[in-house]
Amino acid sequence: MNEFKQSQMAQYEVLGTNLIIRFKMDLDHHVAEPIRRQADWLIQKDHVRNIVFDFSGAQFLDSSGIGMLMGRYKQIIFQGGKAAVTGIQPPVDRILRISGIYNIMEKYDTAEDAMKSFQ
Amino acid sequence: MMNEVKMEFSAISENEGFARMAAAAFVAPLNPTMEEMADIKTAVSEAVTNAIIHGYEGKNGTVFMTMRRIEQEIYLEIRDDGCGIEDIDRAMEPLYTTKGEMERSGMGFSFMEAFMDRLEVQSEVGKGTVVSMWKVLGREMGYGND
Repeated sequence: MNEFKQSQMAQYEVLGTNLIIRFKMDLDHHVAEPIRRQADWLIQKDHVRNIVFDFSGAQFLDSSGIGMLMGRYKQIIFQGGKAAVTGIQPPVDRILRISGIYNIMEKYDTAEDAMKSFQ
Repeated sequence: MMNEVKMEFSAISENEGFARMAAAAFVAPLNPTMEEMADIKTAVSEAVTNAIIHGYEGKNGTVFMTMRRIEQEIYLEIRDDGCGIEDIDRAMEPLYTTKGEMERSGMGFSFMEAFMDRLEVQSEVGKGTVVSMWKVLGREMGYGND
């Protein structure tokens, strides 16, 4: 079967205790599942405290993407971590707003801005 | 102006993106706004994902999709021959999910309702589910009267 590679779906970068996930494709159920697995592996392995979800490379997310964001948030919140979203374009903004994600994650222009807010 | 496209595809997650793109291509000649395009893509994505995850529960199956356009009105139908929904009202409640362990947000039907003009769900346990959605495009340009 034709599977998208992890590297096609998203890029991952761990800086200190921050994990940056840069989405590169529409964040639907198909893509959210592998990203969830990879993110959780990194969260465990690298003792990640805060997460930045960067949407610069993604124009779309649906309720499956929302489920993935909320799931990662739950992983870090109990250790006092924070999550933020960056690179938000209008279609993604609307879904994040309607779903209530902005009640639990702040929006910033860039990952650097988000990480400054974590300090 | 009337146009209709019917398609069927394997109930695998890879086809969620394909279904969205097909719907986007189908409505493109109506010159939709960016927001209308996002509405259609989201609604299709939710319905097709439901068919794959809940209808067929990840097992083999076929998803049937009908797209129809009459003037400025778009009709989308997503059908599966899967397990069906026991309690439709419950399934449509915001944040309700039967698959919490899979990190389902329970927002699928809410998104379909929010982004389309009308949503109808018919289902029979053991037979399958039909999701029907309607939306008039180009309201901002003065087409279609409510």
